[in-house]
Amino acid sequence: MSSGISATEKVDGFTRKSVRKAQKQRKAQGSAQFRPQAGNLSPGELSALPQLRDAPSTEQQELFLQKLHQCCMLFDFLDTVTDLKSKEIKRATLNELVEYVSTNRGVLVDSAYPEIINMISTNLFRTLPPSENPDFDPEEDEPSLEASWPHMQLVYEFLLRFLENPDFQPSTAKRYIDQKFVLQLLELFDSEDPRERDFLKTILHRIYGKFLGLRAFIRKQINNFFLRFIYETDHFNGVAELLEILGSIINGFALPLKAEHKQFLMKVLIPMHTAKGLALFHAQLAYCVVQFLEKDPTLTEPVIRGLLKFWPKTCSQKEVMFLGEIEEVLDVIEPTQFKKIQEPLFKQISKCVASPHFQVAERSLYFWNNEYILSLIEENIDKILPIMFGSLYRISKEHWNQTIVALVYNVLKTLMEMNSKLFDELTASYKADRQREKKKEQEREELWKKLEELRLSKIHRNQNNTHSLQNSSSNNNNNNNNGNREPEDHSSLTFSSTDSINPETSMLNTQCAK
Amino acid sequence: ARRCASPAGDKMAGADGDDSLYPIAVLIDELRNEDVQLRLNSIKKLSTIALALGVERTRTELLPFLTDTIYDEDEVLLALAEQLGNFTMLVGGPEYVHCLLPPLESLATVEETVVRDKAVESLRKISHEHSPVDLEVHFEPLVKRLASGDWFTSRTSACGLFSVCYPRVSSTVKAEIRQHFRNLCSDDTPMVRRAAASKLGEFAKVLELEYVKSDIISLFTALASDEQDSVRLLAVEACVSIATLLPQEDLETLVMPTLRQAAEDKSWRVRYMVADKFSELQKAVGPEITKNDLVPAFQNLLKDCEAEVRAAAANKVKEFCENLPEDSRETIIMTHILPCVKCPEVRLNIISNLDCVNEVIGIRQLSQSLLPAIVELAEDAKWRVRLAIIEYMPLLAGQLGVEFFDEKLNSLCMAWLVDHVYAIREAATCNLTKLVEKFGAEWAQNTIVPKVLGMANDPNYLHRMTTLFCINALSEACGQEITTKHMLPVVLKMSNDQVANVRFNVAKSLQKIGPVLDSNCLQAEVKPVLEKLAADQDIDVKYFAQEAVSVLALA
Repeated sequence: MSSGISATEKVDGFTRKSVRKAQKQRKAQGSAQFRPQAGNLSPGELSALPQLRDAPSTEQQELFLQKLHQCCMLFDFLDTVTDLKSKEIKRATLNELVEYVSTNRGVLVDSAYPEIINMISTNLFRTLPPSENPDFDPEEDEPSLEASWPHMQLVYEFLLRFLENPDFQPSTAKRYIDQKFVLQLLELFDSEDPRERDFLKTILHRIYGKFLGLRAFIRKQINNFFLRFIYETDHFNGVAELLEILGSIINGFALPLKAEHKQFLMKVLIPMHTAKGLALFHAQLAYCVVQFLEKDPTLTEPVIRGLLKFWPKTCSQKEVMFLGEIEEVLDVIEPTQFKKIQEPLFKQISKCVASPHFQVAERSLYFWNNEYILSLIEENIDKILPIMFGSLYRISKEHWNQTIVALVYNVLKTLMEMNSKLFDELTASYKADRQREKKKEQEREELWKKLEELRLSKIHRNQNNTHSLQNSSSNNNNNNNNGNREPEDHSSLTFSSTDSINPETSMLNTQCAK
Repeated sequence: ARRCASPAGDKMAGADGDDSLYPIAVLIDELRNEDVQLRLNSIKKLSTIALALGVERTRTELLPFLTDTIYDEDEVLLALAEQLGNFTMLVGGPEYVHCLLPPLESLATVEETVVRDKAVESLRKISHEHSPVDLEVHFEPLVKRLASGDWFTSRTSACGLFSVCYPRVSSTVKAEIRQHFRNLCSDDTPMVRRAAASKLGEFAKVLELEYVKSDIISLFTALASDEQDSVRLLAVEACVSIATLLPQEDLETLVMPTLRQAAEDKSWRVRYMVADKFSELQKAVGPEITKNDLVPAFQNLLKDCEAEVRAAAANKVKEFCENLPEDSRETIIMTHILPCVKCPEVRLNIISNLDCVNEVIGIRQLSQSLLPAIVELAEDAKWRVRLAIIEYMPLLAGQLGVEFFDEKLNSLCMAWLVDHVYAIREAATCNLTKLVEKFGAEWAQNTIVPKVLGMANDPNYLHRMTTLFCINALSEACGQEITTKHMLPVVLKMSNDQVANVRFNVAKSLQKIGPVLDSNCLQAEVKPVLEKLAADQDIDVKYFAQEAVSVLALA
């Protein structure tokens, strides 16, 4: 529908003004972040109080509390005409409060804490409004900005200065900065306004640093937010910011890693790679993953297998990101870990090299520019070359993009220098291998066809119980024919082995292999 | 310590001869294939394989194999979960249906929501095929295991299974199930609480009334005041089922406090849910509570500060009014509902349901109270609002009669012709045709035609074109006389317009109104003009002129 509108409006000669007008109007409606709710104070007149610095020190504390109280008044910033004077008074007061807590010592007496937290909660904690644009695309669309930012910014600033004040006492504050407070703070990370999320990031980081008792709770709640994002809503604006905080939290984990942390890596961070908007937070996510691997190299295998499991099937842009992350992981991988995952990993890389999307092919071929990866490949060339050879050889002849072809030639040359004998063998058997693959393909189709026939005959037999004698005898004939050919068919189905496998051992392999 | 192949292997080699090994070997090889598409194909053919294997070997070999294989791409697991829901006959009928539980139990714990949901769906399906004994021996222990699983996924899945086994188990087991459900409603993770809240209504339906009152109400109250709005809003959904189950006299004390609180929740998502479920709630609580409680709540939702909430409420206006008790319906609508209707979304919704609301309170009264709204909406900044109003003009015209129409609405209809959005001008043109059909050619000649023809001299070429479009639309309804006498001269004169778009639209108009004219007129007046246009320097004008000449057979 929306594309229809814009089309009409383009065709029409003089709607541009109306479009502009309509947009303006929408903007104003949408940025209605401030909603005076039933419980909140109704806007009224504010009258300026005397400056804190002019007050005698005996009265300063009382005045400080009064000012905090005054700042609990909320104003509608969508309405740009009313309450101008009061808005300005509140702004100036907030500025004064920020300065007061950041420059003065001894101002944070115990009785001030509840008032401070009350003022902050009143101003910040709100249900975020519905998104302006239901199909908001964080990569494309402009975020809608918080209308009451002129006040809110100062409240955030104040909270930050409060937390950073040298007199700040976590033991006193923990009665007010509790789980509920943190949860409400976390919910605000969904704000569309990047300025707000940036403040939240710093503040949450400070809280995590100062309140040891809240750490586990914060991690668990972030966990829940992420799981909800991955499995339920697919939408949360603050993922990148939360991951950034986590990056530094992970950095501080003690060794050996707790099971809780490993579970977070495998059950939250890795599945997070499936998100539609991965591009928005991939850098932070990859950083977290690499942090984990630097802490505990034995996690490399599950991580890489996890990434391979969630490897993008249709989105080339994401594939490029995955390849980037794999390179980051390979940069820190231990050679023993590399051996454990080289086969599945290079099977995937071989597919990427052969991707018709040149950026995917190019990104994976760049691995061969990385000295450390090259050395790992060289060490394991007998395993890796057979996996890579087929794709590289084919691409060197077929890829549409000349840059890719040139890169592939270089890679082939490098690989050849690593083990020229194996390289020659693979070149010699290339054609035969392809033909064998084709034949296998045909045989597979045949097999399924036969299986289908078998099914039909069974159904037939079940349906015609009365004629069972005739039918089953004819079935047996069919089956016997199949049975005679069976060993050959099986050998052709088993990818890894060229020996003829008899069905019993094939069954046995499956079950014991695991 | 894995179950080793030998017994299965022996059996395979035994019974039916080598041929019957064939299917499972194919499946296994295909399930190990690197190509996910092949694995998927083979899973989708699972019933073929099971049928080929026969029921016994499906139970003893295929299912254990599948249970062990559950680490794969989610696509494969999804297909597997779906297949297993239809497997009862393939394992030997209801007697053996419990064999399907182990693989489905594993699937119900995986991370991916679609897989889990599908596994739960299949479990629900096969639960009905269990005998009461099997349900207690096999199914209910599975539900308990899931409900006390470590990771949230299994607990989430458990939420969907309580209601299918509860009605058919003994009272001790019932008590256990209720306890498990209670635990999940206060689970640590919001994901599980959401799952529990979404199944609360369903579970309430299978409970005995005494437990609805004792257990469900307290759970409902707790979930409805959860710290997360995503949980609270699901409780609203459950409210409908719960209210339906309770006798009228208990509603006020057990349900209404929570519902009132939800309608004023600080999160717009919860209020939205209340608005969205309003008709259901209204039916569930009955006419008395509707009159006393829901009417004011509805008024508030219609005036909500979030447009989303208002729009959801507006969507329910029609149903809400229809379901009001007849004796007080008209008063409520006139004194409580209509005055709330301020924002364009809500009004638009009322107007687009005009014929329905009309049945409820009558057009005369409606038009009096709505007329100011209509006039205002006719000039709304959003073109789609204007468009919707235009579409209701013929209906209003028919109901109100010509006099009232001329007095109040005619000028609006003409104003739309010069709207700056083409879609509006187009709809306005079409609207004129319908009006002429209603009020007749004479009315057209007196009221519409002069104004339309006047626009032919407008400095804006788009307005001049609108004249042509109107003539195209009206000529047939107005008939030959008006067309020849009044419209044709204007069209012909416009063939000298300096804008090519106007000129080729003249050609198109002539082609369109040609059939209404008599042949003398065509030859004498139309033909020369078309010939002139056919020699125009603009290629499009030439083209349409030639087309008109050939269609009207003037060559």
